[in-house]
Amino acid sequence: MLYRFFCIDVLARKNYSPKKKDRQTLLITELDRRKFLCRGIAALGATWTAAHWPSVVAAAEHAHHIALFPEDQKWEFFTPAEAKEVEALASCIIPSDGTPGAREAGVVYFIDRALVTFAIDDQKKYREGLPEIQERLHELFPEVASFSAATSEQQEAVLASIDEAGAKSVPRRPRGNFNRPNSAAQPLFEVLRVHTIAGFLIDPETDRKGNRGGVGWALIGREPGHSFQPPFSAIDRDYPGWHPVTSVTAATKDADKK
Amino acid sequence: MKIDQPKYKTSDVVDFVIVGSGAAGGVLAKELSTNGFSVVVLEQGPYLHEKDFSHDEIKVLQEDQLTNHPKLQPNTFRKTPQDKARPQRALVYGRAVGGTSNHFTANFWRFHEIDFKERSKIGPIAGSTFTDWPISYADLEPYYTKVEWGVGVSGLAGASPFDPPRSKPYPMPPLPVKSNGVIFERAARKLGWNPFPAPMAILSQPRAGRSACINCGFCLAFGCEVGAKSSSLASMIPLAERSGKCEIRPNSYVHKIEIDERGRATGAVYFDEQKNVHLQRAKAVILSANGAETPRLLLLSASSKFPNGLANSSGYVGKNLMFNTGAVSVGVFEEQTNDYKGYAVSRILHDFYELDAQKVGFYGGGGLDARFDLTPIGFGIGGLPPGTPRWGKDFKAALAHNWTRTFEIFGHGTSLPVENNSFSVDPDVKDAWGLPALRLTYKDHPDDLKLAHWLAARSMELLDAANAKQKWTFPIDEQQFGVHLLGTCRMGDDPKTSVINPDHQTHDVKNLFLCDGSSLVTSGRGQPTMTIMALAFRAADRIMALAKRGDLA
Repeated sequence: MLYRFFCIDVLARKNYSPKKKDRQTLLITELDRRKFLCRGIAALGATWTAAHWPSVVAAAEHAHHIALFPEDQKWEFFTPAEAKEVEALASCIIPSDGTPGAREAGVVYFIDRALVTFAIDDQKKYREGLPEIQERLHELFPEVASFSAATSEQQEAVLASIDEAGAKSVPRRPRGNFNRPNSAAQPLFEVLRVHTIAGFLIDPETDRKGNRGGVGWALIGREPGHSFQPPFSAIDRDYPGWHPVTSVTAATKDADKK
Repeated sequence: MKIDQPKYKTSDVVDFVIVGSGAAGGVLAKELSTNGFSVVVLEQGPYLHEKDFSHDEIKVLQEDQLTNHPKLQPNTFRKTPQDKARPQRALVYGRAVGGTSNHFTANFWRFHEIDFKERSKIGPIAGSTFTDWPISYADLEPYYTKVEWGVGVSGLAGASPFDPPRSKPYPMPPLPVKSNGVIFERAARKLGWNPFPAPMAILSQPRAGRSACINCGFCLAFGCEVGAKSSSLASMIPLAERSGKCEIRPNSYVHKIEIDERGRATGAVYFDEQKNVHLQRAKAVILSANGAETPRLLLLSASSKFPNGLANSSGYVGKNLMFNTGAVSVGVFEEQTNDYKGYAVSRILHDFYELDAQKVGFYGGGGLDARFDLTPIGFGIGGLPPGTPRWGKDFKAALAHNWTRTFEIFGHGTSLPVENNSFSVDPDVKDAWGLPALRLTYKDHPDDLKLAHWLAARSMELLDAANAKQKWTFPIDEQQFGVHLLGTCRMGDDPKTSVINPDHQTHDVKNLFLCDGSSLVTSGRGQPTMTIMALAFRAADRIMALAKRGDLA
């Protein structure tokens, strides 16, 4: 397993003459300046987390209503109270239901940093939108003090009442990957949803503070690391190679008889 | 390797100033400088290197590290010339040394013979300025070969029964097949179609000091950290710099072409990073700024001598814009395919390259590919099937299940040139430099939309044949946004209906040349960069011949 993360053949470009057997051997030079390729530590982090997950999640669920932030946590944008609400909201979008969710991925830290960097234009939306969500909570559950103090069922009811339109929307392809929520026109929940997903699935090696320990990538089955060698799955492993259509048609017929 | 570029003074009259360093500008810079001409390349964006590229989706897709910036460079959009354009992001192009070739998918299909002569074959089409090219596939063939061997293209010659003739095989075998390629190939053959290994401008073997592809999975929209993607930055710019005759000058935003009293170009006026204005003098000027910025620059260079914009006696500057038609269908499969590993496309087919309009009821043609070009965040936001909960434990379960089991069938096809479809300058909105913003006017020709639906239907048929457990097509709407920016200064023999002649020389200004997506007369079937690079290799030959004859003075 670790081979995949560490074994990158370092060969001087000039002196390298590819042999047939290592035609697909990775050729990387100047490895030192490409630290992104050496993802061993993140890999261990994710592996460790996965292996120890049952106990971690049990502890987390037990402590669900207890503030998890260190006392001296310094927020870049949020007040401590806001951070607690945002974490509860993000956790409702990607819950910790037996596997890591937004909470364990540190999504709230990602959003806190986002709001002083790439999402600086959304500050107002959070500052004004959070009390509105709180109001909705009070309409539905007058007895509950805050979103973070509500039960999971109550939280889901609040979000469902906010997301009526969105739930029926048709997914659209991120434009050639240039996905950009038109945040100015959107309610906080839409922006929060995008930020939560981003904080959960961002490359954990960035300094964005999201996807802690690579738990988001581990959940979706994206192996850590940034170089892979075929076969990529059982499907291409068993592929016999490309042939002109006539001979393959014959081969397929033979296979069908079996 | 550190290369010492020459530093020219702006007062030096260099042989050529090239505006833009992308697919066309990079090739031209390399060809002209290695043939002894002095060249200054003015690039609007920064000079990024492999070490600057990353897999940070926020930096690349939200902060526009490699591309035009919507806040600094706003756009406006309207459907027809009668409408008032509203601010809206209308296009994405590469804004860094290497241009859009840094982040493209690297599908490198040659155009076929039909793409150059289709108007003659099928006759006029209502509502379109459809016309033939003044050059043929045979004229361009040697240059397609030059691209394949010069920048590095992986592929298998003769694999497609529809391929046009070629003078040489590919320099490298195809990249390793992906699981979606295997599924695509089997399903297509079941349907009697002819799938084949995709020609890709990505190295399958180490070549010319560059690494082979390491299958990192961050390809479309991202720069390649190992130089395996055959961008201008990886393949052409280093050769231009090594010639000792070419200076790449980044952060240089050209906003005017200077013209003397004889009506000849004398250089390019640009803002440097501090917004100071300079004039780089040159004997001839080449615009390779892309199909949006090249016409904009001509329009911004209007003067008393050229009141409708420079080189615009035809009135065609900025018009006849084509985006290519596209339709994307998605399948979720039972088995894991792990298509997040690797480059985007390993199998394509061209059975529908030339549809019979009598049979299908519209003009058009295209190809299909199998790909998974979504990166994790993009997938999380928009990659799950319709009807999937958007949050909560079922949303999370779908994320966990689908990421390794999803891929797309992408239909790529023709766009018809429509005179009203255009890039022009907005009368009200300005960019951060105080210059009029790009205004897009676009409404798809009805045949283009019919083609999109037709291609999507074939993709769904294929997903059925492949036993996809779930499948859907993203909504097909009229396009209001483009990345293929084609046809806006088209090539032609007639100065009344084209902007440049077959030598890429503007009909109106003898020493002003245009070469990029704007030069295309027809859109091809969806993969223009290969043809843009081939045109640039050819343009370099034509321009050098004129220069040697003393025809540019």
